[in-house]
Amino acid sequence: MKNKKNSRQGLTLKQKEALTGYIFIALPLVSLIIMMYYPIIRSFFISFFDWNLLQEPTFIGVENYKTLFNDEVFRTSLANTIKWVLIYVPMSVISSFLLALLLDRKLKGAGFFRTLYYLPVVCPIVVVALLFVWIYNTDYGILNFILKKLFDIDPVGWLTDSRFSLFSIAVMSVWKWAGYNMLIFLSALQGIDENLYEAAAIDGITPWTKLTKIKIPLVMPSIYFVMLTAVIDAFQMFTEIFIMTKGGPGYSTYTVSYYLWSNAFEYSKMGYACAMAAVMFVIILAVTLIQNKIMNKKVQYDA
Amino acid sequence: MSKKKRKSLFAYIGVGIVAILVILPFAWMLVSAFKSQRELFAYPPTFFPIEWKVENFIEAASRGSISFWQMFLNTMKIAVPSTVFNIIFSSLAGYAFARLRFPFRDTVFMCFIAAMMVPFAITLIPRFLLFKDLGFYDTYVPLIIPIMFGTPFSIFLTRQFFMTLPKELEEAAIVDGCSHVRIWWQIFMPLCKPIIATLSVFQFQSSYNDFMGPVIYIASDAKFTVQMGLSSFRNSFTSRYDLIMAGSILALIPVVILFICCQKYIVRGIAMSGMKG
Repeated sequence: MKNKKNSRQGLTLKQKEALTGYIFIALPLVSLIIMMYYPIIRSFFISFFDWNLLQEPTFIGVENYKTLFNDEVFRTSLANTIKWVLIYVPMSVISSFLLALLLDRKLKGAGFFRTLYYLPVVCPIVVVALLFVWIYNTDYGILNFILKKLFDIDPVGWLTDSRFSLFSIAVMSVWKWAGYNMLIFLSALQGIDENLYEAAAIDGITPWTKLTKIKIPLVMPSIYFVMLTAVIDAFQMFTEIFIMTKGGPGYSTYTVSYYLWSNAFEYSKMGYACAMAAVMFVIILAVTLIQNKIMNKKVQYDA
Repeated sequence: MSKKKRKSLFAYIGVGIVAILVILPFAWMLVSAFKSQRELFAYPPTFFPIEWKVENFIEAASRGSISFWQMFLNTMKIAVPSTVFNIIFSSLAGYAFARLRFPFRDTVFMCFIAAMMVPFAITLIPRFLLFKDLGFYDTYVPLIIPIMFGTPFSIFLTRQFFMTLPKELEEAAIVDGCSHVRIWWQIFMPLCKPIIATLSVFQFQSSYNDFMGPVIYIASDAKFTVQMGLSSFRNSFTSRYDLIMAGSILALIPVVILFICCQKYIVRGIAMSGMKG
């Protein structure tokens, strides 16, 4: 300790500041390297091996990737993820945007409603998933009962019929996340310059033009943000599947994350799971880059 | 009725319908938790229970492989150190990135930012292998360590906040020979209470709600977290939805209390994380 102090006194003020800076970031940086960058590299490395944790890993080159592209279940998982995005994103964006429009006005109790809508967001996903398992129950679920009473619809196997399972989980996710996306849209809407509306009012534009020509274009960056997050989350969706369907019925709700998890931790196929992670990494990176590019263009356009 | 009034009436109807859609599932959870098993599966279902079975909660709290209270304590053992240390280390790093000049500062900062976009799946397996090789399987260490030394998101947020503070703030202190640790702790930290509150709530919630982490690392029943215990209800009490719903409510209580106390900070956090994108 004493030594260190002596040597520090010999430093210039600038060097001292730099040293302090390095000390301040030291642990986070070490943690970042060990917990993020090293695993990323090792994950790619492992993906070239056949490894079940019991035997020594054997190098097999790109064999895992070859298997992966011919793996029906992986393809189904990928297709399910895309299907999920196509079902979930429009439902989620439209409903949260409508919610934001609804609350973007002087309304008594707007704060209360905002808080209420946000409640599902903070709920643990396990709780929400279990609740919807009960609501969606084919024979005793309240949803089927209501549908029968109101529209005389025969019981639907929301989670047990492969035609509906993905859709049912998407509806639950809209319910859970609408409040979050609404807040993002709301803060974008409230950031719009009042003068724009005044100028528009002088020109006598209709509410519809106001929506399509002012609000939507100016909220576009937030819409992209919400979409990007939804796409990335779709690839990482795990808990909902684990609790609600375990990927079933059949393979109808297998997502890439769930399949990856089951390969790694149920079948101990570490190399294969890492190859899957690598593919996922590349896809998410591509999506992020594309979306960033679009977004930058939009932002410049706004300015 | 004037046009304006009619418009706000429609808005209220819309807001009300959505409110009902949000509340109904919660209400259904609540009434289901109080029902007897016979009533739970009765046809046609009743909304309010005929007899309110408070015992369901006692049963749900005690009938799992470990008591609910124990699961809660286990979760705290993960969430509290993760949150507290995360904020200390993240804000220190955030201070360095915002205020100190050192070579490669911006490059290193970019490395942190880039890490925010990395999907967890790619780090999942090597991290698991690392912790397993170190003998930390079935301990809380793998759930705390990756978070406690600071996470990119927290570092980013604290840095952004520190950047908005005026330079004059620490200049006088530096002239007086005050160390940066003291400036950080005695000047900056008190000023950024709101951001610290926001980060604490976020970090705590994400630890409390985490499911995949415990599923991968925790094996013995005695170490179950709330979320794991709840999910195991589904296997051990098949179709005892009364108990599952009662357990869910128990798991919800801490989150709801936290939310009601800190909603101001949560809303602010969203505004800022939205900014990130």
